[in-house]
Amino acid sequence: MHTHEFDIVVVGAGGAGLMAALYASQNLPGGKVAVISKLYPTRSHTGTAQGGIGAALGNLEEDHWEWHAFDTVKGGDYLSDQNAVRVLAQEAISAVIELEHLGLPFDRNPDGTISQRRFGGHTNNKTRQPVRRACHAADRTGHMILQTLYQQCIKNQITFFDEYHVMDQLLSDDGRTAGVVAIQIGTGELHVFRSKAVIWATGGWGRVWSVTSNAHSLTGDGPAILWRRGLPLEDMEFFQFHPTGLYGLGVLITEGVRGEGGVLLNGRGERFMERYAPTIKDLASRDVISRAIYLELKAGRGIGGKPYVHLDVTPKTVNRYLAEAGDSRRIDAATIHQKLPDILDFCKTYAGVDPVEQPIPVAPTAHYAMGGIPTNVDAEVLAAADGTIVPGLYAAGEVACVSVHGANRLGTNSLTDLIVFGRIAGKKAAEYARSADLPPLPPDPSGPVQAELDRLRTCKGGTRPGEIRRRMQETMMDHVGVFRTAEGIQAALATLRDLKAAFRDDLTLDDRGYRFNTDVLEAWELGALLDVAEVTAASALARQESRGAHSREDFPKRDDERFLVHTFATLVDGEIQLNHSRPVDLSLGYQPQERVY
Amino acid sequence: MKAHFRIRRFNPETNAKPYWQDFTLDNVAPADRVLELLHRIKWEQDGTLAFRRSCAHGVCGSDAMRINGRNMLACKVLVSSLAAEGAESVTIQVEPILGLPVIKDLIVDMEPFFAHYRAVMPYFVNNDPPPADGRERRQSPEERAIFDDSTKCILCAACTTSCPSFWANGSYVGPAAIVQAHRFIFDSRDQAAEQRLDILAAPDGVWRCRTIFNCTPACPREIEVTRAIGEVKLAIQMGAERMRARKMTRGGTE
Ligand SMILES: Cc1cc2nc3c(=O)[nH]c(=O)nc-3n(C[C@H](O)[C@H](O)[C@H](O)COP(=O)(O)OP(=O)(O)OC[C@H]3O[C@@H](n4cnc5c(N)ncnc54)[C@H](O)[C@@H]3O)c2cc1C
Ligand code: SF4
Ligand code: FES
Repeated sequence: MHTHEFDIVVVGAGGAGLMAALYASQNLPGGKVAVISKLYPTRSHTGTAQGGIGAALGNLEEDHWEWHAFDTVKGGDYLSDQNAVRVLAQEAISAVIELEHLGLPFDRNPDGTISQRRFGGHTNNKTRQPVRRACHAADRTGHMILQTLYQQCIKNQITFFDEYHVMDQLLSDDGRTAGVVAIQIGTGELHVFRSKAVIWATGGWGRVWSVTSNAHSLTGDGPAILWRRGLPLEDMEFFQFHPTGLYGLGVLITEGVRGEGGVLLNGRGERFMERYAPTIKDLASRDVISRAIYLELKAGRGIGGKPYVHLDVTPKTVNRYLAEAGDSRRIDAATIHQKLPDILDFCKTYAGVDPVEQPIPVAPTAHYAMGGIPTNVDAEVLAAADGTIVPGLYAAGEVACVSVHGANRLGTNSLTDLIVFGRIAGKKAAEYARSADLPPLPPDPSGPVQAELDRLRTCKGGTRPGEIRRRMQETMMDHVGVFRTAEGIQAALATLRDLKAAFRDDLTLDDRGYRFNTDVLEAWELGALLDVAEVTAASALARQESRGAHSREDFPKRDDERFLVHTFATLVDGEIQLNHSRPVDLSLGYQPQERVY
Repeated sequence: MKAHFRIRRFNPETNAKPYWQDFTLDNVAPADRVLELLHRIKWEQDGTLAFRRSCAHGVCGSDAMRINGRNMLACKVLVSSLAAEGAESVTIQVEPILGLPVIKDLIVDMEPFFAHYRAVMPYFVNNDPPPADGRERRQSPEERAIFDDSTKCILCAACTTSCPSFWANGSYVGPAAIVQAHRFIFDSRDQAAEQRLDILAAPDGVWRCRTIFNCTPACPREIEVTRAIGEVKLAIQMGAERMRARKMTRGGTE
């Protein structure tokens, strides 16, 4: 076992982790900051984000942070904490400008300013029409953010532990952060990282579901680790299904396609979103569109009876609808090649479809975790629903629930969240580390991780992890997906319990070695997924209403009387306890209204 | 159809030297990705098989490997592109990319690759204060266009490890590092072009490139790697400023 000492350890090297690391090191002169990541930083999932980062720069038309804030709250179906939304929308502007100053190659307007495009749910609050707020670099905005931040980390000589997989959170007896335990993937050795502060930035957990836009590595390690340490998880029932995943694969087709004029068509060639969201149609928020697609499919209006619809961005179709709407814009093949090059490539490679000539087959895909590790606006992790914090513990990015996204995230708001709250987490952790001391380590700090790894390395049961994973993903897709019922969720919970038992008592693995043992690592990740799936299902069962991405067929209406509150789930003596006492912050004054688009 | 895999295996913990191992998969569809099939082998037949992967759709750069003798991302190659049309079976040979030490099976040590990357100042440098109005530095769409291609790089190493000059001499910075330098040399906002050009004019820099052209077809992002290297060579000869101006007048895709 190796032991290291740092002031601040950042777990995760996506947009949130790298931004936090830059700010932590800048604000702690002479201090020691390390970033630990199970992937090489540039492999992080932030690099796959396509469409854009939202900020009310107003480069092309009138826009205000207040409009961005309102759209975010409405998109979140009024579950967003408005104090946090204020920070998001206000600081988005300086954050995007800062990225530009760090070298990010945004696309440009003719006057040299950052280019912006339309995106779902972002509106001019006066006219209710879509507004151009998404700042972009072609359809690889996340790639550019990840690269730019990593480049700056190199410039600033940040210390990286690449391909180290964190498996435990250390806490001192008095409940303060004491560090983390990680396995060095290349050697299988354990490392204890002592630190005053830890910033969690491990991203999402789309791999809980069978069809997802998320990377294989997005397995909910962060929430599972803190959960096992008795810390709460917030609003886990809210997981977004993006309406346009490439049919069969789940690979994301950005909303930017619809931002450029693309429309959704059912098997009869109808632009069905005209019925579900008469004002902004195909640019309604994601939960609304995913449900519309499911309802179309259920009514037998898929393409040729199959479970998908068409996303049509061929200039012919787009220009026809633009003309009908009295819009003077027109697109041609060159527009698509220039603005959506990666999308063209995905469609050609994986579906054999050329979007310039043919419509793209799409269906909803599990995409984004609104819930996660509860934090306040200073990115401090909450120990309980009453707002008490864990000293020295921070979280930012998709893994955190601050909560700006409420019950449903608007497109482009995750990248904004990473930069805004990553920055805050870095600053606040540095502030804390300046005055805190290094807490003593608990006895045998790596003992629990060692025991679990030994178990996995030697297990000799009858069930392969791949089998457990597949069954978990299918049951979650069937029962805890776009539409849910009490009956279905209960069935999923029963299956999950069986699968957890098999994972514990009947697992078998092939690789007994130490070096790059991905057999053991994947099994460990499966353990995390199972925990996260169970909390998700239990939280979903208790929320007897429909709000944002959580849609209960047996409780089809939003219920602000009972459920204008956050869900806090905690593991107590092996049982999941749910608490609904934390109210939603309404300090911007946006009172819940009926949500129509 | 059936897929016959020949995979180059090596675990220094237990094997004295590398060897080939065969696997057969049934029910393979033409639209399956090689990565999915490697997962099937790992999940259904042999959990010890080791390879890197993450995004599964060609954008994270984790899974460059040599597939039927050519560098590709396993998640971006479909069986249909390796099989004859209408064939009942397909043979797929997979080995680690060449020129970097093998850690285990298809996993190589990426550190030498990233060390070359770090050596070319792969980061934005501009020491002037940002605009006084607190807004973005301006850049015209034309100025932005001339380095667009090299911004797409995902550091997968497919180019560098397909380059005979790199195989012959691992101290050559390699195509990927040059592409990364290109991204900044041609960015009108950056101020360190001359420093990067000095680094690349050194003996292990661009002049080791013999224009063999392996890199360009290897690139899964369709970056015109050889062209980028050529432009850096010209910039060394003409100066970055003049080369930038020349690219501007000839358009982004000179
Ligand atoms: C296909 C796609 C397109 C998207 N497009 C957009 C968009 O256009 N606009 C937008 O706003 N949002 C978009 N999103 C959402 C957004 O990209 C993500 O929410 C965001 O990038 C998450 O960033 P992150 O920094 O929180 O985590 P990630 O970028 O996922 O990084 C997680 C990091 O944690 C590390 N890690 C995880 N577990 C461990 C562990 N146990 N030990 C050590 N390290 C660990 C990983 O190695 C990685 O470095 C998109 C998402 C997807 C999937
Ligand atoms: S230039 Fe292309 S092949 Fe080379 S590292 Fe970059 S993406 Fe990979
Ligand atoms: S797994 Fe990301 S590029 Fe292949």
